[in-house]
Amino acid sequence: MQRYILFRGIQALFTLWILSLAIFLSVHLTGDPAQYLLGSEAGRTEYEQLKKNLGLDRPLYIQYIDFMGDVVRADFGKSHILGRSAREVLMERFPATLQLASAAFLIALVVGIPLGIVSAVKRDTPIDMFAKFFAVLGIATPGFWIAIMLILLFGAILGWLPTFGRGGLDHFVLPSFVLGWAAMAGMVRLGRSSMLEVLDSEYVKFARVKGLSERLVIFKHALKNAIIPLLTFSGLTLAGLLNGSVAVEVVFAWPGIGRLMLQGIQTRDFPIVQATVLAAGLFYILTALLVDILYAYVNPKIRYE
Amino acid sequence: MAAVTSVTTTATRPGWLRQMRTKTRRLKLPWIPVAIVSTLVICAIFAEVLTSVDPREINMLEARMSPAVISEFFGGADANYSWSHPLGTDVMGRDMLSRLIYGARTSVLISLVALSFGMVVGTTLGLIAGYRGKWVDALVMRFADAALGFPTILVAMIIVVLLGAGMLNIVLAVMLTVWARFARMIRGDVLAIRELDFVTQAKIAGVSAHMIIARHIFPNIVNTLLVITSLQIGQVILLEASLSFLGLGLPPGEAAWGIMVAEGRTVIVDVWWLSLLPGLAITIVVLAFNFFGDWMRDTMDPKLRRA
Repeated sequence: MQRYILFRGIQALFTLWILSLAIFLSVHLTGDPAQYLLGSEAGRTEYEQLKKNLGLDRPLYIQYIDFMGDVVRADFGKSHILGRSAREVLMERFPATLQLASAAFLIALVVGIPLGIVSAVKRDTPIDMFAKFFAVLGIATPGFWIAIMLILLFGAILGWLPTFGRGGLDHFVLPSFVLGWAAMAGMVRLGRSSMLEVLDSEYVKFARVKGLSERLVIFKHALKNAIIPLLTFSGLTLAGLLNGSVAVEVVFAWPGIGRLMLQGIQTRDFPIVQATVLAAGLFYILTALLVDILYAYVNPKIRYE
Repeated sequence: MAAVTSVTTTATRPGWLRQMRTKTRRLKLPWIPVAIVSTLVICAIFAEVLTSVDPREINMLEARMSPAVISEFFGGADANYSWSHPLGTDVMGRDMLSRLIYGARTSVLISLVALSFGMVVGTTLGLIAGYRGKWVDALVMRFADAALGFPTILVAMIIVVLLGAGMLNIVLAVMLTVWARFARMIRGDVLAIRELDFVTQAKIAGVSAHMIIARHIFPNIVNTLLVITSLQIGQVILLEASLSFLGLGLPPGEAAWGIMVAEGRTVIVDVWWLSLLPGLAITIVVLAFNFFGDWMRDTMDPKLRRA
């Protein structure tokens, strides 16, 4: 087990390093930050001076060593647009994203897993039909569009819910539902198929033959095994919520890092881009690592592979 | 004579027809998804023929016209619509129907190119990794894991920072995440196939590695390949739409469904059809492809059912 954790840890570090390299190269090889900062009208001397100030006249490998030092200290420099340190802005925005992602994740878990299980147990009933329909739609509809439609319906037409910004609990309803729907759909699907498979297995049949009540068969015997695949999936889902959160944050004007990232790209604000991409990457890699370790703990087969 | 020939034709034709019909019936083709996908492809190929209106033509005098197909029946007396714009116009007076049709072309084009590239790269790497095994396999699979798990939007954003926004970059971003799915599945198949007797025999006969892969292994993975491709199309279309929506793809004003949804976002209360229609188009098309993919999987490769 320890060897496994160590192995996965090194792998995670490696992925993180690749990411940081990609970011470094994206800023330093393809574009010229000094050029972006000054615009095209700047004179030659101004340009040289700025390059010197930013340390861009030094050899690339020295810049890289410097950059890595900064990354380790989480020092990404000052945002040119916001006039504040990128780390400060990141720290300010990160909780918003984390809260939204957690709320969405919770909805996905609390609604998705039971719905998937019930859908399998009550196969081919209206509940099953509804669950399948709900899941299929959740996977096929673009989140950003659903978000806009819900704003139209609940915000503009009915006026029941706030449609932008962060605030009380009511502010969470629409964004977290939109963000959580696709994840929920995946959980319903996987929960259903894994429960169906377990219900078809020999030991469940045996438990039934033995004369155990249906309730006991499902809760005591089937459920435990049906949950295992959901565990890995939910971890990946949590990490994958980052993907959807950019669009959802943009539509609902949610002050999180997804929107910050997009703004950074639109305004070519490199410190912000570096900070947000690395933070998102770190979040993703850590979650994946945690899930793998948890999974190995639950399923001993993995550890010895 | 005439009677005889007519008898033979009527005798053979229904037989041939019946055979065709039973064959297609046995396939249980999902007709609605097939019809939707066909419509999409026809729109993409024959956009110029289907509509004579330029999707980029701005006409401020005809701006914000509501869809005639709806307003004709539900609109009040003050409804502003015209049958020359059956689906209405946007805030710049551009024809919605024409933009939707050209949007289909954008969607199909980007998805097709990105998917093909992803398929070629992923299949090749999957074949090599599966056949060679050892460190080649380990290396390819580590990269595949990273690509698979990594948030696509993040990848796309890095690419946009790297190269700037544009159609080619959407293709690149989609490709970078799609190849890994192909590589993983193909590699799994190859691992099983390379242990089979005919591969061992080919090896003993001295056939070169790339000949074995091309001639003996590849034909056996074609089914898997088709199934993964059909299951991926919907996701790729969705991804393209999200990137366009975020402004990471084509320049604003171009006819792409994601861009159209974005354009309607700020005026959603007054000009609701602006976002509604393209979003509906995305949903319907993705649904159709997903159902079609499920059907492909169930018909061609039942063992993939759970994957």
